[in-house]
This record gives sequence, structure tokens and C-alpha cells, in this order.
Amino acid sequence: MSSTSSTKVDMNRAHKDYCQALKREKIRVAVCAGLGCIVNGALELYDALEAEIKAKGIYADLCYLLEDESNSGCSVVKTGCQGFCEAGALMRIEPAGLVYIHVKPEDAAEIVERTLLKGEIIERLAYKAPHSDKAVAERNEIPFYSGQKQIVLRNCGIIDPSDIRDYIAHDGYLALQKALKEMSRDEVISTVIDSGLRGRGGAGFPAGRKWAFAKAEESDTKYMVCNADEGDPGAFMDRSVLEGDPHSVIEAMAIAGYAIGANHGYIYVRAEYPLAVARLKHALKEARDNGLLGNDILGSGFDFDIKIKEGAGAFVCGEESALLASIEGKRGMPRPKPPFPAQKGLWGYPTVINNVETLASVPLVILRGAEWFSSCGVGRSTGTKTFALSGKVRNTGLVEVPMGTTLRDMIFKIGGGIRGDKRFKAVQIGGPSGGCLTEEHLDLTLDYDSLAKVGAIIGSGGLVVMDEDTCMVEMARFFMHFTQSESCGKCVPCREGTKRMLEILEKIVAGKGTMEDLELLDEVAQMVKDASLCGLGKTAPNPVLTMIKYFRDEYLAHVVDKRCPAGQCQAFKSYYIDPELCKGCGKCSRGCPAKAISGKPREAYSIDTEACLKCGACVEMCPFGAISKGDGTKSKEDNGRDG
Amino acid sequence: MSTVMDAEAPAEARVLNGTLHKFQRVNEIIDRHGKAPSNLIAILQEVQKEYRYLPEEIMTYIATVMEIHPSSVYGVATFYAQFSLEPKGKHIIKVCDGTACHVRNSQWIIDSLREHLHLKQGEHTTRDMIFTFETVACIGACALAPAMMLDGEIYGQLTPDKIKEIIDKIVAEEGE
Repeated sequence: MSSTSSTKVDMNRAHKDYCQALKREKIRVAVCAGLGCIVNGALELYDALEAEIKAKGIYADLCYLLEDESNSGCSVVKTGCQGFCEAGALMRIEPAGLVYIHVKPEDAAEIVERTLLKGEIIERLAYKAPHSDKAVAERNEIPFYSGQKQIVLRNCGIIDPSDIRDYIAHDGYLALQKALKEMSRDEVISTVIDSGLRGRGGAGFPAGRKWAFAKAEESDTKYMVCNADEGDPGAFMDRSVLEGDPHSVIEAMAIAGYAIGANHGYIYVRAEYPLAVARLKHALKEARDNGLLGNDILGSGFDFDIKIKEGAGAFVCGEESALLASIEGKRGMPRPKPPFPAQKGLWGYPTVINNVETLASVPLVILRGAEWFSSCGVGRSTGTKTFALSGKVRNTGLVEVPMGTTLRDMIFKIGGGIRGDKRFKAVQIGGPSGGCLTEEHLDLTLDYDSLAKVGAIIGSGGLVVMDEDTCMVEMARFFMHFTQSESCGKCVPCREGTKRMLEILEKIVAGKGTMEDLELLDEVAQMVKDASLCGLGKTAPNPVLTMIKYFRDEYLAHVVDKRCPAGQCQAFKSYYIDPELCKGCGKCSRGCPAKAISGKPREAYSIDTEACLKCGACVEMCPFGAISKGDGTKSKEDNGRDG
Repeated sequence: MSTVMDAEAPAEARVLNGTLHKFQRVNEIIDRHGKAPSNLIAILQEVQKEYRYLPEEIMTYIATVMEIHPSSVYGVATFYAQFSLEPKGKHIIKVCDGTACHVRNSQWIIDSLREHLHLKQGEHTTRDMIFTFETVACIGACALAPAMMLDGEIYGQLTPDKIKEIIDKIVAEEGE
């Protein structure tokens, strides 16, 4: 651990100086540099804006503002994810509270000229609701943002994650100072218990109680671990927090370390998140350089430092005991509990493991108090929850709402409804360990207890929306394929059970399923759920069980009628060309990877069903909409007609 | 070692020299991380970056130096999806087949990549060792689905046309 004692920062002074400097910042242009926006050219946009603002002679970064008390101007920063990934590249203009979407580097000059200098709104870059021409640029009036409440994402999208001074100016590290200087270890723990903050990684265990268990253990060595092994496909909130506000996690880990009596911390982060790792490394260095990590933090006598451990691609490592095994350099296999990690964790020492999002809530809980935090939410689910909204919904992105928001508000208000105005079918919540919810659950509130009642879990907060074109049997097969390949193989029920379940589902999807298979599937699912060792196996059957419960019709259609109502399963799928609509342009024939389409120019083409790979490329290519897919029943006659 | 000396040295010495050189990089990596068993995963990750896979003799060598059993090293190498025991191509394409991408038809992207790379079912690396193609469970770019990662860079909202453009560009660069 690095322990070079560096220049101690005087927090009160630093906070005051940086805040005053920021008051002289007349305008802040915050360009979203989250992954989604970077892919859509955010970095080029940033360069263009910076150049334009400099050309106007009004550029002022934090260094310039700090230099002299008379300096003022306009700054431009690269921030973490601003959430509305669908509309990237995104930018925010503060304090005017404007959001521009789908911005291109070419727009920079106009933005500086019209919006920054003259205060005009450029309607072309503003949000427009579907089926509406009304341009809305005010952040608070865009439905995607207006339904949100941001605690975890408070700084994401507004501060520069690579500058610790910006974090401090936004009340960063004040909670650490408060904990170290004004609160006893027990007070810190009781504040977190009273706030009702529960683990955001999936299980929902009260965070403060975990801390209390670890503090009660007598040991010279203890560890504080941050679980950033965000493995649930369809969830990316932890990545966004680490990229957009890494100091909030570091600060929280130091607070937790102080409370439980740990001097060493580890952040276990997925190797698939290279940007998050880079931002974390930089933030750790900044924190050490400012004496916020290392020996005698803020003159309190408390020592704490953090190391990063990169995972190597194993979903099961999100499970506490498997994660600890992986940090120790071993195969990431879970072990039976008790003893719990708080008693015997890393190398046998008491260890607390908290998820990224849980930790990111901690600084505000300490700073503003338990009551402030618990006033948000419902019942035993306090605070907010971040959801990653994806799939067939119009507005994909990252959303933070108070616990207890309804699914309907989430999908139709914030999410803007289903793409292409298709029919909503289901939403998969909580990743491969969660369950699926249907139309009848739309008014269900999103919190730990109401979801548990219908057999689903919040999990890490992935919400994958599915429309009428998504086959639920195929979806169940997909999840089973995932959990089966991620099963570590230690316990028999999970290792063998998931494999057998996958085989049955593959058989049904291939059109060879029988009624006995359905019964067997149900039986094996119950067994895997009851008898598996760790959370992975115990929850693996959830998608299958909820899908059989709510979409039994679709299973029966595959098994009895031998058809796929959503028209998605390859085995039942066939394509045909409508001779009435086909103009004989030959575009499909030239683009077909299997060379299965033939015909004469200006006459109707036809598909050789034997050679057809059923890839669907022709449907996308046809300019006349003449090619359609059948779901199994219809297609037989159609193809007969086609010859 | 200068090449002149290498050329003059007897054949056995040259082989030994080559072997030493090969392990020299591994030694540097192990030295940087330290020999504690908890560093094994980080060491293997860096070795794989160097060689693009984990050669068997190097895994055995690591086990010897770190004083752990070769089966432990092999166990870790085979447990984690990131490690490969076979040589990988120069450019690594990881197509996301997570839930969000799957719902937005990642299969279409997978099929079209296989076709462009002339890979048969079960094959992952092109014969010329230019590309390795893998599917991964989620790269966290769900809002950009369907997405893929090429040499660490993310590409989103993919279509077969975009795939062709990306692959053709690399093929052209490699051909130069």
C-alpha cells in the first residue's frame, strides 16, 4: 500500500476556495463523455466547443478561475454519463439548465454564438417528444429527466470526474471529514442503519448492519471491499458511477473503513470496463496526493488505502465469497455461508463487501443525515435506485428514481414507451437471476418488498423491455444459456441442473418439445432453486419459472401447435416474398448471404426455403416491404404458394 | 545481446538465449507484481497481453517461480473467460450478446461477422491470425445495443453494413 505522506489538504479552506472559484464560472458546458456518447463523437464535440469558446476569449477553466479573484468566464468539462444514452452525444448547459441532444462537432460554433453568448435556444438540438414537434430544451421539462431524483448520480454528468477539486467543490470529501472529525465509529454505523440503506447489488441486505457485524469482530486486520464486478447483462449503473464520479466511491470506502476499523480496501472491477479502471486509478492517485487516502487522513490518525483488482470475466465473482476467492488469486468459486465475510472474509479476516451504488449513496447519508435519506422511498426500501433501461424501449439509458416508482412511469413516462409503437409484452428485471413482469404488473411499485411478492427481484437494476416480437421461450433459453455457462461447477444441482434445463429449452425452441418436457422443466427448476449452494444457482431458474407462469400460452404454442407466436424462433421461421408487392429489383438476391433468393429482373423473386439461413437480412433490405416472416403455421401455405 | 554475437554463438547457446529472452519478459512482469499468490490473475492478464494467449510452458514457468502448483495456475487460467490457451488473432472482436443486445438482434451481427471473417461454426480465429471473434455476456453498452468491442473500443447501434465497413477498413490497413 502506498503510504507516502503528502501535503495535507485543509478541507474547509479547499472547499471554500473551489466554491468561490466556481461562483465566477458564469456558464458551464458539460459534455457527456460516458461510453454511449463517446461512441457518438462526444470527444470531438468537446474539442470543437473548447476551441470555439477559446476563440471568443471567454474560456475559463478551474485553474484560471483560481488564479485571480477577478477572473471569470465559461468552462467546458467532460463529464460522466448523463443518462440519456439514446440521444447521444449529449450536453448540458448550466446554470440555464438546458440539454442538447444528438449534438455534432459542427454544431459547436452555433451553440457558442447563439446559446452561450445570446442566450437563445437552438430548437434543432432540443428534445422532441414522439409524434410532436414541440422542442423542449429545459432539462426539468424533458420527461426522461423530470421523473428522476438523483442521489447516486448527483455528480455524474455535471462534474469533471478527472478533477478532484471539482468533486470537493460539490461537497466532496466533506462527509469523510465529518465522519473522521465529528462522529464516533458507532455513530457512523448507526446513521447508516437508521437511513435504511440496503445493498444495491441484488440481495438488499441492510448496509449498516453489515458494517456493525464487521466492527464487532476482534481483529487487527480487516478489509473493506467494493464489489464493482457488474456482471448482470443489461446493467451498467456501476460502470457509469465509476466513470462519472469515482471519488464518491473512494470517499465512501474510507468512511466505511473508518467505521469498521479496516485500513485496507479493494475495488474488484470487471476487466471489461477499461475506462472505469483508468478513471479509478487516476482518482486514487489524486486522493493520495491530497492526503485523503494514505496515513493519518485529514490529521485524524486513521490510515486507509485502496487497491484495484481487475476481474477476469466470471459472472459468479459477483457473489461475495467467490469474489473474495478471486481477489486471493484463486478460481472464483463460492463457499457455503456461514461464516459470513464480515466474520471470516479475505484471507480469513473480517471483510465488508458493498456494491458501487450502495457506496455512492453513503457520503450524502453521512452529510445530510439518516432522516433526509429515509424520507425518500417507500416502506423498508429507502432512498433511490438506479435502473439501466434498455431493450425495445424508446429512451434507453440510465435512470435514478425514488424507490417505489411504478413500472408504468418507468417504461412509458421516463422510457417514452415502446419503439415503433409496438405492443409492450414484458420486462425482465434483475438480470438473469431476476424475473419477468408483464402488463398486469405495470402498476407495481419498484421496491424490494413488492417485487419479492411477485417472484422477481430488483437485482442490480437492469430493466430490459420486450415487445410483441420477443419470444419468451427463446428469452428463457437465452438466460439459461447464460447462467449455465457461468455456473462455476462446484455444486451438483447448479452444474447439472442448469445444463438439463438448457437442454429442455433448446429442445422446445427447436420445435421438438413435448408436454412431459414442460413438467420436467418445472421440476428441475424447483430442484435447482432449492438445492444450489450460492445465489447464482438459487436464482438461475427465476426467469424460466416466471416466464412459464406468465406466458404458458407461448410455451404451449411451441410444444403443441409447433409455432412461435412472436415469429422469432428459427425452427418455426420462414420468409416469403409477396409477389404482389415485389418489383423484381433484385436487391435481396444480391444481398442474401446464402444466395437463396433468385428470380428474373422486374418479375417477382422467390426464396429457396431449403437454402435459406433465416437471417432476416432480406426483410431489412427490401425497399418495398415485400418480404415478411411467418411464425410457423402461416408460412407453410405461404411458401407453398411461392413454390 | 547483439545479433552479431548471436550469429557466432553455437546453436545450443542461441536456443538457450532465446528461451531466456522469452522468460525475461515474464520475469519482469512477476517482479513488478510480486510473488504473492494473490497476484496470479494480474500476472496472467499481463502475460496474455504480451503473448495474446497463455502458452503452456509459460504457465509452468510462472508456477515454478511463484512456488505454487502448476495445476493451480492451470485451474485459474481455465476458470476465467478472459484467458485463452490458444493463440489469438491480432485484432480481437467481442460481440456483446447480453440481454439488451440479444433483444435488439445481436444474432444478426454475429452471423454477419462470421460471414465476413469466413469463420465456420466453432472457429474463433481467422487463418491469417488477423482476427479473433468472441461473444461476451455484456460490455455495459446496453443503451447502444447491438454493440461490440474491437481492440477495447466500443462500436454501437451496429448493422451488417457497419460491420462490413469496420472489417474492410482493418483488412485494408493490414494489407498495406
